[in-house]
Amino acid sequence: MSQLSVNHLLGIKHINKDDIDLIFKTADHFKEVINRPIKKVPSLRDITIANLFFENSTRTKLSFELAEKRLSADIINFSAAQSSVKKGETLIDTANNILSMKVDLIVMRHPNVGACDFLSKHVDAKIVNAGDGTHEHPTQALLDSYSIREKLGSVKGKKIIIVGDILHSRVALSNIYALNLQGAEVKVCGPKTVIPKYIESLGVGVEYNIKKALEWCDVANVLRVQNERMAINYFPSTREYAQLFGINKKLLESLGKKIVIMHPGPINRGVEITSDVADADQSIILNQVENGVAIRMAVIYLLAQQIERSK
Amino acid sequence: MFGTIMSKKILLNSKEIHIILNRLACQLIENHTNFENTVLIGIQPRGVALAERLVSILKKNYNIANVKLGHLDITFYRDDFRRRDAPLTANKTHIDFTIENKKVVFIDDVLFSGRSIRSALTAIQSFGRPTEIELLVLIDRRFSRHLPIQPDYRGRQVDVINEERVTVNWKEKDGKDTVYIINN
Repeated sequence: MSQLSVNHLLGIKHINKDDIDLIFKTADHFKEVINRPIKKVPSLRDITIANLFFENSTRTKLSFELAEKRLSADIINFSAAQSSVKKGETLIDTANNILSMKVDLIVMRHPNVGACDFLSKHVDAKIVNAGDGTHEHPTQALLDSYSIREKLGSVKGKKIIIVGDILHSRVALSNIYALNLQGAEVKVCGPKTVIPKYIESLGVGVEYNIKKALEWCDVANVLRVQNERMAINYFPSTREYAQLFGINKKLLESLGKKIVIMHPGPINRGVEITSDVADADQSIILNQVENGVAIRMAVIYLLAQQIERSK
Repeated sequence: MFGTIMSKKILLNSKEIHIILNRLACQLIENHTNFENTVLIGIQPRGVALAERLVSILKKNYNIANVKLGHLDITFYRDDFRRRDAPLTANKTHIDFTIENKKVVFIDDVLFSGRSIRSALTAIQSFGRPTEIELLVLIDRRFSRHLPIQPDYRGRQVDVINEERVTVNWKEKDGKDTVYIINN
């Protein structure tokens, strides 16, 4: 297979195992490209990409921008903070205005769930979801699986624990879909208040004790505590969270085996993981960042391949 | 397609290929002596087998070991991205040495329109600035060129019409060394 089964990357829910394999295979080639003395290929010279960020982002935005530049696409950036959205413009109007400038592909982050699905039905451009509210963040899940595959050889059969605020996390949901597709065993771990009811229906287990969770797993994907998405307090204090669910060196050493530590960033050092864990050799946090560029290059390249060339 | 018959004609048999490869190896030695400052680059996918064969001849028959060989994939540098019916599939690039100030010899099985070599000329720049680049091909399809590109070393020059395909089979991959002209 050399083509994606979908026209947009809206979420991992919409893609299949073959798509993931194709993205990983393509990312392997791009990972080699970004380690060359000249880290750029001319494939997307005639493609224009708009990065629409209706929500703050540092690393995802940088990573997408770099991926697009490495593919030689022309890019325009848009952040809601400095735009007409503040003046009351609707999402479709904003997007159509940008499309009138002949944009082929839109990378969008939006605080509302389903914003990318909505946009894909109303505008004539390829859409890549860079995070929609608490719903999905497909490229993050892809780069997480890709990093596991790189570190452990494969994802199939591996035991992955996702620790933290599962309720508000789009990274968790996309990861659960992606890991299930690839045949990994998944459990989630966190305070009861931020573990969604019926999460088992997604095919994952639940573990409330961090030590037991870590003893079980091969990989721990530790999420950030997202205070900004919480309208109320879901746990009494950050200090208590750190004590009950924080991962520190002592806890890791007590396991009797070496597990892989991942984090999608930005890290709250001393809350979900301590500094010595984040910087330990079993942590692949910086590999995730590097792989993010290769994965995003692959996704954009494969979607751009489907764009009909103007005659 | 209905009504057409595919014909397959042998252009070179394994003995002829054997003689040609030895001659090409000698011509390379003539220009590059001990390959101290020269690197060979097999163009993916079909040039790699030819390049590997030449390297083994240089080693076995002429005692020239340590010839540097890399594989270059040109997929992301092609000029027909989004212009083909079927999507392009990339292959592995593997160049674990510097090409800065080196003589580079591109190696490919069939030279047709010259577009692959044009792409390879762009792609190789990502790895540095070579002093010069030469081109070695097993089969040179004369009269089919779209670009002003000619080989420095050629195995056999052939005149085939555009509808005909030239395919090179290798012992390692396909069981037997043979070059076919296929008409379909």
